[in-house]
Amino acid sequence: MADLERLESDILSQVAGADDEPALESVRVAALGKKGSISDLLKSLGSMNPEERRTMGPAINGLKARVGEAIQVRRAELQEADLERRLATEKVDVTLPLRESALEAGRIHPVSQVMDELTAIFADMGFSIAEGPHIEDDFHNFTALNIPADHPAREEMDTFYFPRKDDGSRMLLRTHTSPVQIRTMLEQAPPIRIIAPGRVYRCDYDQTHTPMFHQVEGLVIDEEAHLGHLKWVLEEFCKAFFEVDDVKMRFRASHFPFTEPSMEVDINCSRKGGELRIGEGDDWLEILGCGVVHPNVLRHCNLDPARYQGFAWGMGIDRIAMLKYGMPDLRAFFSADLRWLKHYGFSALDMPSLAGGLSR
Amino acid sequence: MKFTLSWLRDHLDTEATIEQIVDKLSLIGLEVESVHNPAEALSAFKVAHVLKAEPHPNADKLRVCTVDTGTDTVQVVCGAPNARTGMKGVFAPSGTHIPGTGLDLKPTRIRGVESNGMLVSEREMGLSDEHDGIIDLPEDTPIGTPLAEVLGLNDPVIEVAVTPNRPDALGISGIARDLAAAGLGTVVTTEPEPIQGNGPCPVAVRIDFAGSDRHLCPAFAMRLVRGVRNGPSPDWLKQRLEAIGLRPINALVDITNYITYDRNRPLHVFDAAKVRGDLTVRHARRGEELLALDGKTYVFEPENVVIADDNGVESIGGVMGGEQSGCDETTTDVLIESALWDTGATARTGRMLNVQSDARYRFERGVDPAFTIPGLDMATAMVMELCGGEPSEVLLAGEIPDPQRSVAFRPAEVKRLTGLDLKPDEMTRILGDLGFETSGQGDDMRVSVPSWRPDVHEMADLVEEVTRIVGVDRVPTVPLPRSAGVAKPVLTLRQNRARFARRTLAARGLVEAVTWSFIPKEHAEAFGGGDEAIVLSNPISSEMSDMRPSLLPGLIAAAQRNADRGFSDLALFEVGGVYHGDRPEDQDEVAAGVRRGTAKAGGGGRHWAGTAGPVDVFDAKADAFDVLAALGAPVANLQVQQGGGDWYHPGRSGLITLGPKTVLARFGELHPRTLATLDADGPMVAFEVYLDALPQPRAKPTKARPALNASDLMPVTRDFAFVVGPSVQAGDIVRAARGADKALITGVSVFDLFAGASLGEGRKSVAIEVTLQPRDRTLTDEEIDAVAAKIVAAVEKATGGTLR
Repeated sequence: MADLERLESDILSQVAGADDEPALESVRVAALGKKGSISDLLKSLGSMNPEERRTMGPAINGLKARVGEAIQVRRAELQEADLERRLATEKVDVTLPLRESALEAGRIHPVSQVMDELTAIFADMGFSIAEGPHIEDDFHNFTALNIPADHPAREEMDTFYFPRKDDGSRMLLRTHTSPVQIRTMLEQAPPIRIIAPGRVYRCDYDQTHTPMFHQVEGLVIDEEAHLGHLKWVLEEFCKAFFEVDDVKMRFRASHFPFTEPSMEVDINCSRKGGELRIGEGDDWLEILGCGVVHPNVLRHCNLDPARYQGFAWGMGIDRIAMLKYGMPDLRAFFSADLRWLKHYGFSALDMPSLAGGLSR
Repeated sequence: MKFTLSWLRDHLDTEATIEQIVDKLSLIGLEVESVHNPAEALSAFKVAHVLKAEPHPNADKLRVCTVDTGTDTVQVVCGAPNARTGMKGVFAPSGTHIPGTGLDLKPTRIRGVESNGMLVSEREMGLSDEHDGIIDLPEDTPIGTPLAEVLGLNDPVIEVAVTPNRPDALGISGIARDLAAAGLGTVVTTEPEPIQGNGPCPVAVRIDFAGSDRHLCPAFAMRLVRGVRNGPSPDWLKQRLEAIGLRPINALVDITNYITYDRNRPLHVFDAAKVRGDLTVRHARRGEELLALDGKTYVFEPENVVIADDNGVESIGGVMGGEQSGCDETTTDVLIESALWDTGATARTGRMLNVQSDARYRFERGVDPAFTIPGLDMATAMVMELCGGEPSEVLLAGEIPDPQRSVAFRPAEVKRLTGLDLKPDEMTRILGDLGFETSGQGDDMRVSVPSWRPDVHEMADLVEEVTRIVGVDRVPTVPLPRSAGVAKPVLTLRQNRARFARRTLAARGLVEAVTWSFIPKEHAEAFGGGDEAIVLSNPISSEMSDMRPSLLPGLIAAAQRNADRGFSDLALFEVGGVYHGDRPEDQDEVAAGVRRGTAKAGGGGRHWAGTAGPVDVFDAKADAFDVLAALGAPVANLQVQQGGGDWYHPGRSGLITLGPKTVLARFGELHPRTLATLDADGPMVAFEVYLDALPQPRAKPTKARPALNASDLMPVTRDFAFVVGPSVQAGDIVRAARGADKALITGVSVFDLFAGASLGEGRKSVAIEVTLQPRDRTLTDEEIDAVAAKIVAAVEKATGGTLR
């Protein structure tokens, strides 16, 4: 028995002394392997007499169990220590900067964003979005809109023309989105509620004009729509678009050939400290033109003005974008300067919605 | 259209303040563009009394003045020779900005003597060049009176934008009429007295137009005033003209300008001594010329209407007179013309000759025909008053048209079109104030239109008149009825496609640009454009001449501009129209983009985790495919063909097609020659996705998706490498492998490419990984081998290659 105790203390001290897993493994093989010291002792049980075996059996098995346990504990310790050592070497500098992600880098142009905002607002009021070609003919851009040839309004529009054709006619770049009104009324029976956003062109290029810009046109035609409804639509639109609780509007009589009566509309604003705020203060800011659809326009679209009536309005998309988001210069909208686009553009996932808010 | 407040008061008796007038003008359709009161700049300058003017102790030419400013007594050192004790001058206190010198006054010492403020000259006030001395006012001028008042300059100048439908408001009398109708006073315009004259006008006028051209000049009235003395106009007249920005010339000319603005009645004066023979109103002859009053020579075409005598053309009808027959200080006999000219012809002539004048501006909008003779009488009376002389009788060629017309009017129409509830009495009162006479009752009203309102033709025009004068503020706001229930989707397929394309590309790191629809001809031609039908006749510049056949030229140029500014790695896109002709169906919606430098979707530039390489054809291919996927294109069934087209690198670009023919997209490296044409450099890749080329999606009866068929069994993968000839494309190998067993094979990817001498000249090895998904039981080795054999056979058959 004394031998067993010596053997046990011997093995246990070897276990404790094993510095790594291979060393521990060789201790285990030497003790518990096929030819290990404890395995040998177990084998020797067979040659013992029953009495000896009764005492030695439990003693040797006990020894085996304790040694096995000690090895397991030691192995866990060694593994733990190993892991700690490894972790200590596996440090990285997490302050290293990331690459700019695609989502971060990409932008939606303010004009597209504002068109999506307009869509969200007017879709809710039951308006569809209508479109038309940029290259128009005289009828849709002028005549049907009650602007006959030689009318001074034609000159004010600074039209871009294409070469005259053999039949004397010439195509042009639409000077406003109003031809879409005509196309819609010719194609679709009332009731009509549309907005028509898109590119328009005028032969003018200076500090505040670009030869291409964007307008949105609105048109309502049915058997009842009148100026009072128009006021409501515009008020609701301005509140929703500029995301303010209230906005004062001033309607000034004006003249457009395609509406009668015609009005220009101002909204109240403050310019305190050089910062424009819509819906506050006592200053006025012109934002759009509108009116009751002229009977001649209805006639040109084969609608009886005694039965059908309605209203229309138009405004500059770039302009309302500038007012809302504070860009100082219209020309920059079309210069594709990366710095401008990054600064004033919107993230791909900034989808305007009435439920979530038009802007963040 | 400019006028002064005092001039307006000649026509309008009103208690209203300038602010009320300005606000009202804007509300009733005469938008005020500016109000300028010259008195404001002079407000600091007031009449002062020089109590004492004594010699300066240290300077011979200076005087030390003690000045009573009305509120203060101050000491001023003054160098003017006329500064003297007891005089009334104009004083500017310290702190005042002196308009004539641009200086701000400060208390100072001049040669040791304190000086506070300044006694000013006319030049220092910016009033004239007079600088011989300080302003010397009459002795009875009250101390403290503002200088502007003393000089009669306290008269605000108002500029209104008159819309083209309102020629009557191009006369101050017309503006007064509107204001009176809107409740701001009463009209006090005096109607000119008819003047008989003595003896016939010695110069005859013939209107030489055949029947269908009679409208070009329906009437031409004229009279001679003999024995006038022409010279500078009196101060009041000069001041009024100067205030509205006109240059006084001489009394005869100034009178015509005055009446042009006062009554919207343009006139012309000929020096009778310089007119040879009689006057004829006729078409110009091609090539005839006139040196006009603006100093320019105009060459005519037959469509121009001119007034000619035996010398040739003397005046452009309704537009401008000639230099030769104009009036100057030597004029003693003057012919005054008051004629009517056609609006359209005047506009065309003005446009063709590119000549602007107050007369053209008015005649192309419409001048009151009924005022033709009264206007002539008014001018005659002014000529006689200012220049003396003896008038002849009026000669009238042609006939004054009678535009008398009446329009049916139902008061209820106002409510129907505007929602405004007005009593018929209020409407007839407003119409009456504007010169419209109403007759009849209820729905049976008729309204006669005054001769100065060519814009009013029908009921809606009258509704407008009533509404603008009442003011839209009184129109009640009424909610537009909404449809019951939740708003329906409204975007069309095309609109949704454009939106998805935009958001997808922005999410891939591209930045949206909006570039011009017109590009330089050279750029258009490099992208298959240049069609003459869509080249602008009047472009802003040669850089903006042709409608773009592709979005790429604009984007490439933009990318290059940014690169030249130091931002060489960038990705831009645009979604918009391209043009192939001038019909509506020739405009297509396209999503296109460019990537430059190292601007890959995963990030560009140098980075600690690995520097990005140059953009390549596969970056562009990925952009195109992502857009197509976002638009719901059947991506798995699309074909990719080598070669993207003329503006792409032939070997490093491709087409994405649906079937063999329908091109949905192009992508690739840009052709070096194209880049050179656009003065751009690479590396630059591009893609174009044709949003309108995608087929309409099939309508589905339900939104439900097919049931998920996920197997519990492990998928199995097997690798194959094929050695193929140089012309074999990876896409062919993948397609053949996929087709070998459509039920079992769920994926084929290419994981290795290798080319080397060991394979034989030009041959390459393409290694694919095929994924097999067993459905009902685990595959046996024999089954897997059988599928593998089918794959090998299919690929070898399709490509002529061999298993490596």
